[in-house]
This record gives sequence, structure tokens and C-alpha cells, in this order.
Amino acid sequence: MSTILEMRSITKEFPGVKALSDVTLTVEQGEIHAICGENGAGKSTLMKVLSGVYPHGTYDGEIVFDGAPAEFGSISDSERRGVVIIHQELALVPFLSVAENIFLGNETRNRLGMIDWNAANHKAAALLKRVGLDENPTTPVGTLGVGKQQLIEIAKALSKEVKLLILDEPTAALNDTDSEHLLGLLRSLKEHGITSIIISHKLNEIEEIADRTTIIRDGRTIETIDMSEPGSTQDRIIRGMVGRDLEHRYPERTAVVGDEVLRVENWSVDHPTQLGRQIILDASFHVRAGEVIGLAGLMGAGRTELAMSIFGRTYGRNIRGDVYKDGKKIQVRNVAEAISHNLAYATEDRKHYGLNLIDDIRHNISAAALDKLAPRGWVNGNEELRVAEEYRNSLNIKTPNVLDSVGKLSGGNQQKVVLSKWLYTDPDVLILDEPTRGIDVGAKYEIYTIINKMVAAGKAVVVISSELPELLGICDRVYTLAFGRITGELPVAEATQERLMELMTIERDQPLPTKETAS
Amino acid sequence: MNAIDSVRDILTRNMRQSGIVIAFIAISVLFAVLNPNFLSPGNLTNIVLQYSYILILAIGMVMIIVAGQIDLSVGSVVALTGAVSAVVVVRNGMPWYVGVIAALVVGALVGVWQGFWVAYVGIPGFIVTLAGMLLFRGLTFLVLDNASLSPFGGIYQDIANGFLNGLLGGYGFDVFTLVVFAIGVVGYAIGQWRTRQGKIAYQQTVESMPLFVVKLLAVAALVMWFGYQLSISRGLPVVLIILAVLIIAYTLITQKSVFGRHVYAVGGNVHAAELSGVKVKKINFWIFVNMGVLASVAGIVYSSRMNGAQPGAGNMFELDAIAACFIGGASTTGGVGRVGGAMIGGLIMAVMSNGMQLMGVPQSMQQVVKGLVLLLAVAFDIYNKRRASVAR
Repeated sequence: MSTILEMRSITKEFPGVKALSDVTLTVEQGEIHAICGENGAGKSTLMKVLSGVYPHGTYDGEIVFDGAPAEFGSISDSERRGVVIIHQELALVPFLSVAENIFLGNETRNRLGMIDWNAANHKAAALLKRVGLDENPTTPVGTLGVGKQQLIEIAKALSKEVKLLILDEPTAALNDTDSEHLLGLLRSLKEHGITSIIISHKLNEIEEIADRTTIIRDGRTIETIDMSEPGSTQDRIIRGMVGRDLEHRYPERTAVVGDEVLRVENWSVDHPTQLGRQIILDASFHVRAGEVIGLAGLMGAGRTELAMSIFGRTYGRNIRGDVYKDGKKIQVRNVAEAISHNLAYATEDRKHYGLNLIDDIRHNISAAALDKLAPRGWVNGNEELRVAEEYRNSLNIKTPNVLDSVGKLSGGNQQKVVLSKWLYTDPDVLILDEPTRGIDVGAKYEIYTIINKMVAAGKAVVVISSELPELLGICDRVYTLAFGRITGELPVAEATQERLMELMTIERDQPLPTKETAS
Repeated sequence: MNAIDSVRDILTRNMRQSGIVIAFIAISVLFAVLNPNFLSPGNLTNIVLQYSYILILAIGMVMIIVAGQIDLSVGSVVALTGAVSAVVVVRNGMPWYVGVIAALVVGALVGVWQGFWVAYVGIPGFIVTLAGMLLFRGLTFLVLDNASLSPFGGIYQDIANGFLNGLLGGYGFDVFTLVVFAIGVVGYAIGQWRTRQGKIAYQQTVESMPLFVVKLLAVAALVMWFGYQLSISRGLPVVLIILAVLIIAYTLITQKSVFGRHVYAVGGNVHAAELSGVKVKKINFWIFVNMGVLASVAGIVYSSRMNGAQPGAGNMFELDAIAACFIGGASTTGGVGRVGGAMIGGLIMAVMSNGMQLMGVPQSMQQVVKGLVLLLAVAFDIYNKRRASVAR
């Protein structure tokens, strides 16, 4: 095995911050190399240095790629040498076809300078076959799911004759089936001699697929682990990432469950635009004070749709069913009413639905409860600042100043701002949709601690999560959701990942297990 | 923190705002050097009178732009409201205040109409107001029967051309004007002092006492100098009072009121705003109603200044108002912008037009320069943002 990439003593500084200091990375030809580290550790910066996003000269150190020094001035420089990066946020144009996207910026022209679309579509079809995607090359990309779009990105990389493929969090937005397929594809690319670097927070995937793993912490290389050696487990990686043993990934809590706070009965919701398509079918659940319940379900099961339709009808149409708060039936026709009934919903997509990224931390925290700061319609700016400082301290939001823009924070800290916003509304019921998505292990623990504080104060918490171990780790009770139906309810003591998965895959035409068999 | 640090802190924190203020001062100094008449009392008065209606439009426009919309119809609304007022006052001989009320009502109705289509039907403001631009221009021609109507005369004419002077006598300068300005300065100082005390009470960092005093004195000196120049000319223009009241009121509304903050939230991220309980439709509706009313105020001032209504009045005003907002630091994608910034942006255009006129620069060249200034201001904005986003 020969070395395809060597990055030596890479140091990259931004004004006031040393993002990378003396980082060394060696990648062998034909391996799958994982890079792990907490958010803000410098993984993405390192990959931006490698792919020429930060051009040669803006960093110290040297890069040797494929036997020759690499001094990339731009992404097109690195792509010419066969280094292709696929970012977490996919860079496809939704209105263009699959083939148009694959050859975008790389169009083959005939003698007249025109694009030969027949040839392009033909080539695209061949590439799609290589990535195992059965789609027509003329289909607009926007009509395909995220999993398929990810594969199109890889097909695009293959069209550029990629030697080193870099994937930044490729499975973050994918469900299990799509993730499985993607990982399989990486393995088959490896057999064809394509080297991959994969950045991921999903440690079980890394354990499964990576040949070697390099751990980065605080802008430094900690170690490179050979995954075939015994003892190269998830715990080993976590230890390297956080620099300490994380014996308990979930903080301890003794549940003191009180009266029922929220009950939803016979809740049905139709798709907002597709007439007659039912997204939620007759769902009922309840949550009590001091209790954390989980909503488990695969992607597309209707978890977010269920939560948002309850939270001020922000999703769907033709919504039927009843909501009871503290035993009394309530009407929740819009978000303002939801907030006035002390419900809170923290979205799964904080960048698009949770935060005003161009505004500062202070204004984001007060956004949902501005009336509290403005008894007569005029905002008390000093009090607002005090509140922001209070949450910065109590939730440990890492920022030099609450007047800084939220867009500058790391994912974990952005999530804490979202939580602050909802905690400040003083909710009785807090619905958290994927509260730890895309944030690192240390910040996850902090989020769990915040949840525990909430329930200790007598609040009710509903957690929606794709990570079953997380639900099992923090919930008292778990409901399973499959194809818009609630298919089961298990106390956490009786729940296992296998049992939940069974319930999460019951299709609409199958009968539900009776309560006896479920318990 | 020491004085130099806190000055630097203020400047960097408000890089965009301070940049534009510095540009404004630089342009003013440049014209003052090139042409001694530029800072003459008569000319300063003229600048206020000539551009007041653009500044009034820019106040409403900046809120529209912050919310992520645009209004192309304001020039036509200026014409329509002026025309309605002229029909009431000139053609039917009603008192001046009936004309004013009629114009305001028409402006509000225009706003309700456009707000309805934007907020409740969901058509982008660009399209609704492009249609409105044609629609209200056409209605202006209908109302006026394709001919000008003049003169208003009397009190109506004084709205834009009148001066408050001699109320307290004068000794080569108007005492009343100076008294009004002095009250304004004292009010400003008290306001700043209370803000500072409030911050101290909440244990926030404030600029050091000497710097605070120097800042107050500098502002006071500049304002009093301007007041003195007015007082030795024709006294206090009525329209300046209208403008000052609007600027103060809308600065408070945009920065301190819940409504104002919701406008910023909608422009920054409409989905996040909606999920935080902001009634987005209501906000969009009311900013257009507000724009309609302010356009009618501008229409009243303009028709008063012209002492009549013309079918072609207010042509291209919308572009001046929009340019003022963008030069003043508003973001093309919404969520960012301030009333104060838009006022400075408007003044930069006013000072440049006026300065170039004094120097006898031909109209064609003036347009070229104004176009370039708009482009450079936004380029500077984007350059700053890019630097800010890299520095993390």
C-alpha cells in the first residue's frame, strides 16, 4: 500500500483563533479513512485546506498528493488533481436534471461548443448505475430524496475521475436504509481503488466501515487508530475526541412523575398539498409532569409532522383530534396560542426553522417571548440583555459576547440558543425534535443535562430522535411511530432497540400488536 | 475599558453604520471645500426642503426592505395622494386640512390594497407594487383629468414652504429656532444619559465618562451649528419638524417596539419567525399600510412644495428611496437595516445632488455619479460581510 495523501504540519489561523495547529494526516491508497472530532475541533477546516477552499499560502505546512506537492489555489485546482469534496449541505440545483447536475461546470462540448445532451445523458446513466441509483438522468433533482441526491453527488465526483473522495457528514440526513446503501457504495468504490475520507459523528458507522481513524481535538491531531486492531471501539474513539473517559453518555436521573400535562387524542393530519393523503392517522399519546417521553420512528414516519401539527397547526391541513392541557381541552390554532398554552417546539432544522442566523444571540433568545420583555409593547433592552446573559451562563453557551451573531456559533451552541429561546417562554411541555442532531458528544451530554433539569423542575419533555440509544438513554417512556400511526408504547425498562425497530416498521395494512403483547 | 478601546469598539461593532457616517461627512467636507456656498444658511435650508419627501419615503421603505420586501409603487402613490388632495382643496375649495386627511386616507387604502395581496394572497411585494406603480399612476391621470391642478396657496402651501420664525423675536437670528434646537439637544442628552444609567444598572460596559461627554458635546455642537445656520436664514422649516418627529418615532418603533422587532425577525428568517409565534401575515400587511400612509405624507409635502398636483409627479421617487436604504446599510436579502442609516443614505444622495448642482455639473453626469455611489455602497457592504464571515 502506498501513501496517496500526506498533510504535514498544517497550521491555519483566523484572526484571533488558531483553527489548526501542526496537524498531520496520512492517508493510504485505497483505504477508507475516518476523521473524528467534536464540532469545532477543526475537521472541516482541515478538509477546506485540502480541497483548496482555503488556497495555498493562507496556511502553513505542506501537502503531498499522489506523489507530488499540492498547492491548490481553488477547488477547481484540487478537482483537476482528483480530490473531490462533498459537503454536508448538498450543492445540487433542484430544478436541473440529474444529468445536468452531474456535468454542471464540467460539460463536454462538441465541435460547435454545444452540449451533446444525448451523450451526456448516456454517460450519466452509466454513472448512476455505478452508484446503484435507478433513476432517469432527465429527472429533476428536486423531486428526489436526500439519500438519492447524496448518490448523485457521488456520481458527479466519479465523473470528475476522482482519486480521493471527501465526504463531510454524508449520512447525517439519511435514514438507516439510505445510510447502509451509501456505506456499501463506499466499500465498492474502495475495491475500484478510490480512496475516501469520511467525516462523521455516527461512530457505529465509522466502526463498521473505516480502515483507519484519525482523531482531531482542539485543532491538533491526537492519534490515528487502526480499526482492525482489537480494542478500536466507539468508546476508544470517544475517549480520544473528548480527551477523557465518558463513562456515562447519559446523565443519571431519577424520575418523579406527576400529573398528566398534555394529552393528544385521535389526532389525524392530511398532507398540506397532496389532497387526501393522510400523514398522521389517529394518533394518541400523553405526557406527565416530570416525565421524558420519546417518539421513535424512521424517517418519513410522521414524527415532525405530528409535533408541528400540534404546535399551532404549523404543518398539514384538515387537522382533526383533540388536545388536552392539564385535563382541559384546548384550541391551538396558531403558534401564538401554542405559546400562550405553554407549549414549546424546538425544531429539528435549526438553521432554517429555528434561528435568525444574521441576528445576534440576544435577539434570538428573546424571539418567542418578546411580550415578557415588553409589557406595554416597548422592549426593555437592558432586561433583554440580562436574560441573554443569564441563559449564556446557565446553558453554557460558548461565545465571547451575546451581541455576536448566532451564525458564528458551532452547532451545539446554536442548539443551546434554540433551547434558551424556548426555556425563556417558560413552557410546561417542551417538544424537542432531534435535539442532538449534528452536534458533538460533549455538547450532547450538556443537552441531556438541560433536559434533566427541565423535568426536575416539573416540566414535561417530548423527545423526537432517530438515535434509538439516545431515546433509551434519556426517556421514561417511548412511543413508536410508523407510517403515521402510533404503533406501540413501551416503558423504557421494557424497551430494546430491536423491540422498538420491530414496532417502527409495522406498515399501515398490518395489525397493531395488542397492549398485552407490547408489554 | 479605556477611551481608545471603546472608540474602536464602537466603530468596529457598527462598521457599516460608521462607515456611512464617515462617507457622509467626507462628501460634505469635499463640497464645502470645492464650493463655499455649499454650507451657506440658505443652501442648507434648501437641502432640507428639496429632499424631505425622499427621506419620508425612505423611512417606510427601510421597514419594507428589512422585512425582505420591496415597494416600487411609492412614486405613483405620492402622485395619487397629491392629486386627491388637490381635487379636494383646489377644485372643490375645501379647507387645507380636509385635503390632508383625504390624502392620508387614500394612502392608507393603497397600503391596505397592497398589503392584502402581499400578506394574504402571497404574491411577492415586487410584483404587487410593480402592478401598483402602473395602477396608481393611471388613477392619478384619471383623478386629474390628465392636467395639472394648482395653486393650493394658503396654509397648505406652507406645509413644505413655511417657516416658524419670529415667534420669539430676532436679533439677526431667529431665537425660536435656536430654542427648539436647544430643547432637542437637551432631550437627546437626557435620553443618552438615561440609557447609560440603565446600562450601568444592568452592569453592562459603557464608554468612559470623558468619551461620553465628548460624544454628547460633538453632537450638540454639530446640531446647534446647523440650527444657527437655519436661524440666520429663514428660520425653522415646518417640514423639518414633520421629518424630525417621524424619524424619532420610527427609530423607536423599529428598535424598541415588539412590532419593529418582529419586522426584523420576519426579514431575517421567516420560518423561524413563524415558529416563534410571530404573525407573519399581519406584519407584512401592516408594513405596507404604513408605507402607504408615509407615501401619502410625502405626497402632501411634495404637492405643497410644488403648490399643485401634476400627473407626472413623484416619478422615480421609489428608486431614490430604495437607493437611500441600500446606501444606508440595508441588506438586499432582508433582516438588516436602520431608519438612521436610511436617513444618512438619503442625505448622502441629497448632498451630492445639491453639491453637484451648485458646481454646475450637468444632470446627466449627476445621474452617473449617483449610480456609481449606490453600486459602491453595496459593494462595500458585501465586502464587509465577506470579511466578517471569514473571520470566525
